[in-house]
Amino acid sequence: MSGPAIQVEQLVFAYPDGRQALFGVDFTVEPGERVALLGPNGAGKTTLVLHLNGILGSVAGGTGSGRIRIGGTGVHREHLTAIRRKVGLVFQDPDDQLFMPTVRDDIAFGPANLGLRGSELDDRVQEALVQVGMQDHADLAPHHLSFGQRRRVAVATVLAMRPEVLVLDEPSSNLDPAARRELADILAGLDVTLLMITHDLPYALQLCERSLLMDGGRIVADGKTRDLLGDAGLLAAHRLELPYGFNPLSVPGPERS
Amino acid sequence: MSGDGLLVAVDSPVHRIPAQVKLVALFVFVLAVVSTPAAIFWAFGLYAAMLVAAVVVAKLPAPVVSRRLAVETPFIVFALLLPFVATGPRIDVLGLHLSQSGVLGAWNVLAKGTLGVIAAILLSATTAPRDLLAGLERLRLPATLVAILSFMVRYLSVVSDDLHRMRVARESRGYTGGRAGHLKAVAGGVGALFVRSFERGERVHLAMRSRGYTGRMPLLSVEGATRSQWLEGLTISLAAVAIAVAARVVAL
Repeated sequence: MSGPAIQVEQLVFAYPDGRQALFGVDFTVEPGERVALLGPNGAGKTTLVLHLNGILGSVAGGTGSGRIRIGGTGVHREHLTAIRRKVGLVFQDPDDQLFMPTVRDDIAFGPANLGLRGSELDDRVQEALVQVGMQDHADLAPHHLSFGQRRRVAVATVLAMRPEVLVLDEPSSNLDPAARRELADILAGLDVTLLMITHDLPYALQLCERSLLMDGGRIVADGKTRDLLGDAGLLAAHRLELPYGFNPLSVPGPERS
Repeated sequence: MSGDGLLVAVDSPVHRIPAQVKLVALFVFVLAVVSTPAAIFWAFGLYAAMLVAAVVVAKLPAPVVSRRLAVETPFIVFALLLPFVATGPRIDVLGLHLSQSGVLGAWNVLAKGTLGVIAAILLSATTAPRDLLAGLERLRLPATLVAILSFMVRYLSVVSDDLHRMRVARESRGYTGGRAGHLKAVAGGVGALFVRSFERGERVHLAMRSRGYTGRMPLLSVEGATRSQWLEGLTISLAAVAIAVAARVVAL
């Protein structure tokens, strides 16, 4: 596909109850980029990513304007199936994402909706399981897994659709340090465009070269993650804080030479 | 509520029979038992013997089966009341003056209820919830109903965890209250739980639509049962039908 992986222009949106969440959002993400979406609670981050696959916005019947293009395809009603295949959304709570009786059924849900059947479907499921290292747990029920495992399966359910853009909503929240690191290893090894909402600033620095900082329904900063995290004044102005003792200038990041 | 529902995880010939066969077998068996006249006692003896054999073949521990029989308790209470409240000719049993039709009615409820419950226990203890859903789907239960059941299976534990956390939170803050106070708190908790579950439902729906859901659930994909599997699974049920017919003929 030609064009940027994600192109958002002048995106404005208000919820049906009148609360406006987005006040003109513009940004572009090139294919293969890994971008963190930072910002305080209520900044509109989740609202924004729900626009990327047409769950919210004028396509879904809400009040809003603006233009979104994914890999050159506009988010329009007639393209929704294609858009939802291209944009894989991983929700914050894996219990929301895993709704089928077993892990295998759940991972098969997306590809089956794309029309895959039989051995093709099985291969796709197996491939996604291997990508997140959960191939030994395929026949378990989701509630028998640990939280970290459920988060990984949630990522696999989306990977099984072979998305061009992977969008994660707070992937590291509620994970213990080992599970957080395992997920980082998995995400770092994926060959997709990545957009990741997070409050975990070290995680953003570890995985994403570039960051967008969002506040009050607008993008207020866009640049190298290291530069953004190094700007104490900017962070303080938007209710972001680095963990105690963390110096963004002294740790290695994902920068490729 | 454990995750695998009522399944007793052992490998046995009964476990291996496809779920749809077992569902049909249960249905036919219960119909046969219910249509047997109560006074034909030997028929119920045969039914019981076949069920016991099936329980043994399924390697179900007897304590598990007897514990699960507890769901029948309300019916037992009702059945034991019958001889005292029913009218008609009286007989004396162990010094008690009982109604004859009541005694027969009590036996009818007890025998048929117990046989039905044991058969249902046999099904639920040998079939994983997911297989049960796949079996229902295979039997052409409408897809929407299968989907509702499958969400219930999936989210029962999530919701009961929610309920548990709310109780812990209440008690951690020193809530004691009497029996009535507890009921009141639970009623309030149920309201909150409903709202939580409703919101979760909306988020699940978003997640489903994000993965291309358009209103049709994909099939749970099970292979059909072979002729021999049908025969194996339906053995007891077909025998039960034969017994029921014989009992009817004898009762004429």
